[in-house]
Amino acid sequence: MDYATLLQILDSTLRLGTPLLFACLAGLFSERAGIFDIGLEGKMLMAAMSSGAVAFLTGSVWLGLLAGIMGSMLFAGLHGVASITFRGNQLISGVALNFLASGITVLIAQRLFGQGGRTPPLAGDARFNEITLPFAESLRGVPILGPLYADVISGHALLVYVALLCVPLSWWVLYRTRFGLRLRAVGENPAAVDTAGVSVKGLRFAAVGITGLLCGLAGAYMATALQAGFGREMTAGRGYIALAALIFAKWRPWHALGACMLFGFFQALALRPDVVTAVMQVKIPVPFLDALPYILTVLVLAGFVGKAIPPRAGGEPYVKER
Amino acid sequence: MDRLPKWADVVLVPLVSLLFAAAISAIVISAIGQSPLEALDVMVQGSLMSAYGWGYTLYYTTSFIFTGLAVTIAFHAGMFNIGGEGQAQLGGLGVALACLMIPWPHWSVALLAASLSAAAFGAIWAAVPAYLAAKRGSHIVITTIMFNYIAAALIVYLLVDVLRPAGQMDPATARFAKEMALPTLNQIPILDWFFIKKVPANITLFIALAAAVVVWAILWRTRLGYQIRAFGKSEAAAKYAGISPTKIIMVSMILSGALAGLMSVNNVMGEAGRLLQNSSEGAGFIGIAVALMGRNHPLGVVLAAVLFGFLYQGGAELGLWTSIPIELRIVVQGLVILFTGALDVMVRMLLVWLFSFGKKRQVA
Repeated sequence: MDYATLLQILDSTLRLGTPLLFACLAGLFSERAGIFDIGLEGKMLMAAMSSGAVAFLTGSVWLGLLAGIMGSMLFAGLHGVASITFRGNQLISGVALNFLASGITVLIAQRLFGQGGRTPPLAGDARFNEITLPFAESLRGVPILGPLYADVISGHALLVYVALLCVPLSWWVLYRTRFGLRLRAVGENPAAVDTAGVSVKGLRFAAVGITGLLCGLAGAYMATALQAGFGREMTAGRGYIALAALIFAKWRPWHALGACMLFGFFQALALRPDVVTAVMQVKIPVPFLDALPYILTVLVLAGFVGKAIPPRAGGEPYVKER
Repeated sequence: MDRLPKWADVVLVPLVSLLFAAAISAIVISAIGQSPLEALDVMVQGSLMSAYGWGYTLYYTTSFIFTGLAVTIAFHAGMFNIGGEGQAQLGGLGVALACLMIPWPHWSVALLAASLSAAAFGAIWAAVPAYLAAKRGSHIVITTIMFNYIAAALIVYLLVDVLRPAGQMDPATARFAKEMALPTLNQIPILDWFFIKKVPANITLFIALAAAVVVWAILWRTRLGYQIRAFGKSEAAAKYAGISPTKIIMVSMILSGALAGLMSVNNVMGEAGRLLQNSSEGAGFIGIAVALMGRNHPLGVVLAAVLFGFLYQGGAELGLWTSIPIELRIVVQGLVILFTGALDVMVRMLLVWLFSFGKKRQVA
């Protein structure tokens, strides 16, 4: 494999890893606060549809982004009401919201545009266009690092850089603020947080809200940057890959970046089976590459590749004064 | 919170949840500019008012009984088996291999072999996550989700690269021999008085009904069923009583996977006559809604499966005759899961409040 091909694959790794990263950090906040969320997929899908539709109707990608976040927040709110207020089963609530999103996005898009559940293609200001970072062209001549900077790091949509910035930001919020300390505590021992006079429900709703926001960014990125518009089921299991990445990362922000980029790399490779065949010297079936994130996650969960210990109070609704 | 009378708990809670789901679906239909009543009429006409419609409704019902029972039996052991979809797809592989490898002389032997093979394949696909949960402490929900995707990838690979006959374009196996086609309801004596046209519902329906009876008998009439239910109620208490967690997790998940796998007899052997990509079409997931709606009781599961059969056939009719997209049925499915599963407490609280209202009046 030559250097140019490697750069191409790394470029698509970053592109494909970005929605995973947003969704993975979204799951991180929720699960750290003790709310399992297998509804990441549904929230992303909802956000993708809302942002694609509004961006097309208004011609503004920013309004689209806002709508995407609102769509995702709506579902996050539902999840919160079901699993925090009414102490419902968080897993079942997540499953329900995924189905709801999968159906309702097609229904709305079909009603609005009548194109088989798609939005019309977005163009111009209705999309996040590629940004060329400063000096990208003038530094291209520098050996090895120049093309890496110009082709891989530069030339992405704004949201890609936002996603990368969200990693240190999440780390800082979780480990260096009072809110983060309490949020992590509520996922480990909600009774202690309650005793300290902090509202468990309030913290958990805040965490679910952040999850909604980040999933909104993930979905909006998919419909307005990665692709030009919304298509039915366009998230294609990314919510679940993000969940896998979260486990792979053992619920830590920097590791989440690594895991998402690794899984993004697998997705990029699956698009280039010729390269895989050339490097490995044997024909690797594409479905195997598709399944690799899931297989790795199963291995991690089984404790064969380090042990993944989830937040202790995850999945249990908190009942005050039992 | 006060307790509801048993009849209210068993009948009223799912019914009220269903009403909520129906009401919101009606709002959704109105919101996309269609008439909910007209939609309901199309659904009822297309799925219940003709023998032909029933032929499709019962075909879906058959699949949903299997997957609903699969979720149910795991649920009683406290396991949330979300991997029915993957197990059903593997079951489909089992059916295809059984039907393609050996030239069975008659459909009855082929049915027996295919059923055993489907159940075995589904069971094995459930046994791996079960083993990992029992021995290595992996979360069963997450592993079964992962196994759904691994199953999908595996089936794609097998259909594209291995099982596809030379010269065929679409990713599917060869067609099964004619002798192996299962009798559909219009080919069964007595029933053919009613079903005069060819319908997809087939003899597997009776296997599904038998499976419901067997699951009921296992859960409430055997020592194993008692152990499964005890384990599901309290793991600690069950352990103290000498029930092995490993055994219960493995057995309940294997039974669950076998039931999910059996579903594929209905669609792969009974309907398509070959294994196609994504043959189970989400029926594994619908099992979750069916089990929740049926309150995890085989009788409830059968009734809920008929309801979902109606919803699926009715939804298809909507897609055909109105401009309401077929995806409406996925929305209803999501709403049913939401209200019967996650917002269960809300519905109960509402009913308790209503009941207390009645009581106060009596006193006064």
